[in-house]
Amino acid sequence: MAITLRSRREIELMREAGRVVARVLSKLQEIAEPGITTGQLDAVAEKLTAEAGAEALFRGVKNPSAKRSFPACICASINEQVVHGIPSDKLVLREGDILSIDYGARLDGYCGDAAVTIAIGDIDEAKRRLIEITRGVLELAVSSSKAGVKWSQIAGRIQHLAESAGFSVVRDFVGHGIGTEMHEQPRVPNFVSKELLVNDFTLAEGMILAVEPMINAGSSNVRTEKNGWTVVTKDGKCSAHFEHTIAICEDGCEVLTADV
Amino acid sequence: MAKREAIRLEATVVEALPNAMFRVELENGHKVLAHVSGKMRMHYIRILPGDKVTIEMSPYDLNRGRIILRH
Repeated sequence: MAITLRSRREIELMREAGRVVARVLSKLQEIAEPGITTGQLDAVAEKLTAEAGAEALFRGVKNPSAKRSFPACICASINEQVVHGIPSDKLVLREGDILSIDYGARLDGYCGDAAVTIAIGDIDEAKRRLIEITRGVLELAVSSSKAGVKWSQIAGRIQHLAESAGFSVVRDFVGHGIGTEMHEQPRVPNFVSKELLVNDFTLAEGMILAVEPMINAGSSNVRTEKNGWTVVTKDGKCSAHFEHTIAICEDGCEVLTADV
Repeated sequence: MAKREAIRLEATVVEALPNAMFRVELENGHKVLAHVSGKMRMHYIRILPGDKVTIEMSPYDLNRGRIILRH
């Protein structure tokens, strides 16, 4: 498989899709507070997606270790859940929780994918720091990305930022290219490994990547729950997740899912 | 050294040449000599000058490509 470089026309379409994703995530952040259920958040996301004329990317996605396909439009992962939390009307958000919302949509054939981790009510200092550092990791990746840079350099920098704060980087999941499909080449890890050094890629103009650092307060080990989807930290400590879809340009990159 | 991977780009067909070869123009103005992929030939997909296509280019020769998708 090959990395596709998108033309200006295609990037414009992806910008539109990114805007829809940003708008929906913004709205979900506004309404998320203690007492709301993750099922309600999913319903709002579904409504907004339909209003925008887009389709939700996650619903119907199959995965070999799960019996059923992903049932919702958003992934709602609380505290020690890393990613792929399934929204439910029985899951009520409580004061002190941290919630990471991952949402993706396809508009006119092109996809956008983004995620944020937010505090529900007041949270303790340790959780707040985790969220800030993870947000910082994504911002560092975005500011370092421009054509000509090797991804391994950026991965090294972001891994260092997370680990010097005393946190760990999740190894089992990586970012990805994105375009007409949700997951395309290349794999965009948030850490440096032998595999990355062998398969390193140089950022080029027209490359569209979904960079999604997942940082754990404790160790990087994760496991998947019985439902086949939800990923949780093995040590039960919290995890934060941020994601943006970025388009690489000559002198930097454009965040297509930037907050509106 | 591992073999480097191809890259895919969008291009516009400029002229049709014999033997299912086409001169296509990339967004940055480069003209590339591209041939129609076997799968498109098999399904009799016609390409005309002016069409927007996706081409696959080898990093080893940036003047040649393979047309894999027609939009």
